[in-house]
Amino acid sequence: MSTRINVTVNGLQYSHMVEPRLLLVNYLRDVLRLTGTHVGCDTSSCGACTIHVNGKATKCCTLLAVQADGCEITTIEGLSHNGELHPLQEGFNECHGLQCGFCTPGMIMMAADLLQHNPQPTEESIRHALEGNFCRCTGYQNIVKSVQYAAEKMKMSEAVH
Amino acid sequence: MIPVAFDYEKVKTVEEAIAALSGDDLKILAGGHSLIPAMKLRLSRPGKLIDIGGITALKDIKEEDGEIVIGAGATHADIMYHNLIRTHLPFFTEGAATIGDMQVRNWGTIGGSLAHADPAADWPAMVLAADATIEMQGVKGRRNIKATEFFTGLFATVLEPNELITAVRIAIPPDGTKSTYQKFAQPASRFALAACAVMRFPDGRTNIAFTGVGDHAFRDTGAEQAISGKAIDDASVEAAMLAALQNVDVMSDHYASEPYRRHLSKVYLKKALMAVKS
Repeated sequence: MSTRINVTVNGLQYSHMVEPRLLLVNYLRDVLRLTGTHVGCDTSSCGACTIHVNGKATKCCTLLAVQADGCEITTIEGLSHNGELHPLQEGFNECHGLQCGFCTPGMIMMAADLLQHNPQPTEESIRHALEGNFCRCTGYQNIVKSVQYAAEKMKMSEAVH
Repeated sequence: MIPVAFDYEKVKTVEEAIAALSGDDLKILAGGHSLIPAMKLRLSRPGKLIDIGGITALKDIKEEDGEIVIGAGATHADIMYHNLIRTHLPFFTEGAATIGDMQVRNWGTIGGSLAHADPAADWPAMVLAADATIEMQGVKGRRNIKATEFFTGLFATVLEPNELITAVRIAIPPDGTKSTYQKFAQPASRFALAACAVMRFPDGRTNIAFTGVGDHAFRDTGAEQAISGKAIDDASVEAAMLAALQNVDVMSDHYASEPYRRHLSKVYLKKALMAVKS
């Protein structure tokens, strides 16, 4: 039995027949070929598959594609605009927030959710927000710095506008 | 990991959900953050999922007739961010923030957590301490049951197979009520190795509930009697710790042995009582 889903992903509309058991992460990676979203643990522990569903950070290895029917989805591919990096992407670049880079898309998508709710987070609230995202390389220090960089940059650009 | 194939029906109202619940071998899908992992591991193989995630009426959090009414479909994050909850049930705000991680809190629901009845889940202890009423609806109509009578064992509740939880109701506590949720979290899963929820009323009445300790969350009447109506001081806290967990079968697993978990529970009772001390 297949079910039709209609979703908006990074601003583009898609309509597909999917098996109910198809996980959203597999829909994004295998059907839409958006492979920036990674499968790490596949058990909703590591956060590498974090995307936004209706603006909320979501581990899409733990969501069925059919649950996202009618939803707006943003993946790491949808974060930059007109070739300009999102402040978080820039921050991870500037502050050496990654080594192997496998966890980075999930880290950035989770941090983007945090900055929506809390534009000027403390170090403690950054660490609390990222507790569902594992990095096995950096020891997290530079990830926290990268998020702080982005928060600062977003505050500056807010002041300019 | 991919679940076994299943049929899927998305419902828009509680009535549609109840009509869909007439078959066998089906499961209700709310946020799915306990169910889907279990299905991926093929520990759970339902033939059909009834997806109630689209029932907007179940997501409401409101004040009604002196009660806070939390729709069963409200997510942990919805509850954590809600001002009504922050004002009247601050320990729900505090406790919700300790469930899983942010991504899990964005999908997991209070109704799902209560129905699943994981022995180490957070909401069961909080709703027990708040003396909540669980509202359920099924083919035979609506019924309300006290949280104290809801949990019956390991992953077991009084819910019938063709019933779903629709809301959690809590009488608004009087001004001056203090509450807390103190958890020692398993460092990877954030489930409770032991946790204690306490609600202390201005007249000294004290509700004490534990989760992560026995095969289901429970109110500790021994500890409650030892501290209720008394000032919270070293002697009364000591007495409550001594009285706690009498006749409780404390779990033992590879994370925590029975004596360690028993000790930890009492330490977290003490932390909770100190947190509500006026």
